Amino acid sequence: MSGQIFIHKAGPGLSVQDLGRLGQTHIGLSRGGAADRLALYEAAALLGLSVPIAAIEMAAMGGDFEVTQPSRIALTGAPMRASIDAHPVAWSASHLLQPGQILRIGAATAGVFGYLTCAGGIEVPPKLGSRATHLSAGLGAALTAGARLPLGVDNALEKGARVLRCDNRFEGGTLRYISGPQTELFDATTRARFDQTCFTRSPSGNRQGVALDFEGTAFAAQAPKGLASDFIQEGDIQMTGAGHPFVLLAECQTIGGYPRIGTVLDCDIPKIAQAPVGARLRFAHVTLAEADRIAATQENLLQNLRRQSTDLIRDPRMIPDLLAYQLISGVTAGRDLEE
Amino acid sequence: MSVEYALLPPSAGPQDVQILPLGQDGILVRFALRAEPWATSAAQAFYDTARAAPLPHLHEIVPSLTSVLFRFDATKTTRAECARQIAELLSGRDWHTAMPQPATRIWRIPAAFGGEHGPDLEAASKLAGLSPEAAIEMITTTPLRVLAIGFAPGQPYLGLLPKPWDLPRMQSLNPQVPKGAIAVAVRQLVLFSNASPTGWRQIARTAFAPFRPDAEPAVPLRAGDALQLVPVSGDDLTGLLASGDPAGGAICETRE
Repeated sequence: MSGQIFIHKAGPGLSVQDLGRLGQTHIGLSRGGAADRLALYEAAALLGLSVPIAAIEMAAMGGDFEVTQPSRIALTGAPMRASIDAHPVAWSASHLLQPGQILRIGAATAGVFGYLTCAGGIEVPPKLGSRATHLSAGLGAALTAGARLPLGVDNALEKGARVLRCDNRFEGGTLRYISGPQTELFDATTRARFDQTCFTRSPSGNRQGVALDFEGTAFAAQAPKGLASDFIQEGDIQMTGAGHPFVLLAECQTIGGYPRIGTVLDCDIPKIAQAPVGARLRFAHVTLAEADRIAATQENLLQNLRRQSTDLIRDPRMIPDLLAYQLISGVTAGRDLEE
Repeated sequence: MSVEYALLPPSAGPQDVQILPLGQDGILVRFALRAEPWATSAAQAFYDTARAAPLPHLHEIVPSLTSVLFRFDATKTTRAECARQIAELLSGRDWHTAMPQPATRIWRIPAAFGGEHGPDLEAASKLAGLSPEAAIEMITTTPLRVLAIGFAPGQPYLGLLPKPWDLPRMQSLNPQVPKGAIAVAVRQLVLFSNASPTGWRQIARTAFAPFRPDAEPAVPLRAGDALQLVPVSGDDLTGLLASGDPAGGAICETRE
């Protein structure tokens, strides 16, 4: 029998997200899905899943959660303060959540998007091949306090807690990008200055994209009058009418009219999605050949992450119910014999 | 700094058609940077050609106003191989005179022009140098095609309208047009999927829903479909809106 996950308290930006919808450009629907897809791969690695599954994405702030059946959970993406029944638990790790326990997830301590994945999966019905909420398309809605979502059964409760040391992608950095169909609309001087400029993540941003601030003159394109609208995609670096960069994220539109200087590599998207307001960002142009070489290193992402994950070793002083654990083979506190 | 641009040297493709990278798994065939009528016809015609061709390992082929996008499966083929096949498809044809194949489906969608359903009709007609009546006549008798679907889900770009309709976008944004609104600019019409701000002028409204997330198919229109707006009174449209039918009185006729 499957259960439910209750959301008792909810931050303002909670939604169900998976890897999104590929191949829907012909109906004008962008991929959508998790703003930081790597976090879903990390969750799958921690929980020993064969593929990433739908999770609850939490922008900047989490909430209070409870499950009706035992479930392993993974906490990935932007690190957030988290506790189970008021006992702090590690981020970028998996844990066992029992019915009746309250999982409390607070504010992000770095980055923007945190993810709560339940091993049994959130089983809201898929639409157009995905469970991802696509707010700008009107598919699904943000999760609010009082929501109850169907939860699949976790068939591997015996698997122990795991932890993963994740790459720090929560404080900006360098974004690698390739040329796109409109790169040539920017002259060599403008492109060189773009690569040398230190940008900061502007306060303006959401799942559709983020604006970048900088000092100096605007990045003007030599676009002809009447430039036709054309395909745009996640990772594209648009220059708005004022010549300010705006990097498109998962929920962007599919056709746009602003000139674009290039496209951020898929594997660097988490860094821009997770950059908190004020984080410093730079761009580094790479050739298509280099981009292909980098993409090839991502092919076995899930297996590689699984290999990097280790058993979560907890400090015994932090374990309140130490005697409930089987510390020596064959010796227990006895409770498990009654259960 | 050297930036690679076209995937193939211009000599590999005919005329000024460009084969360009778009993201790590996309190739864009662009006929023109500006919205020129020949390029729009060429994009539609090349979309017909590409769909009929045995191109392996593609996820998607999608037309836009002046370009066609190919998404390839990077685990099964390479960008270079895909670009080579696309160049082959392009060769040996004068794309400046290419015309798309006749539509296999034609939509007739009731639309109310002017008044509360088309607040910018008068201003737009004036810019086009026409009376509102002549404007309605011209728009409803022009055989339109779905040139592209995008920006928002299901939302069609329709065109091309005759030359007088080469109107610029408005100086300031129209703060909100309703779902179903028909707005005009640059010889095209857009039928809005959702209420939206826009720089285009709203001349009419339909009760047709271009995006129906709970229906199959979720998006009834397809690129290449022919489409005609059938003028109805404001009261008739109000009735169609009130009925809640997502088709909004539209009829789709299929031709073999």
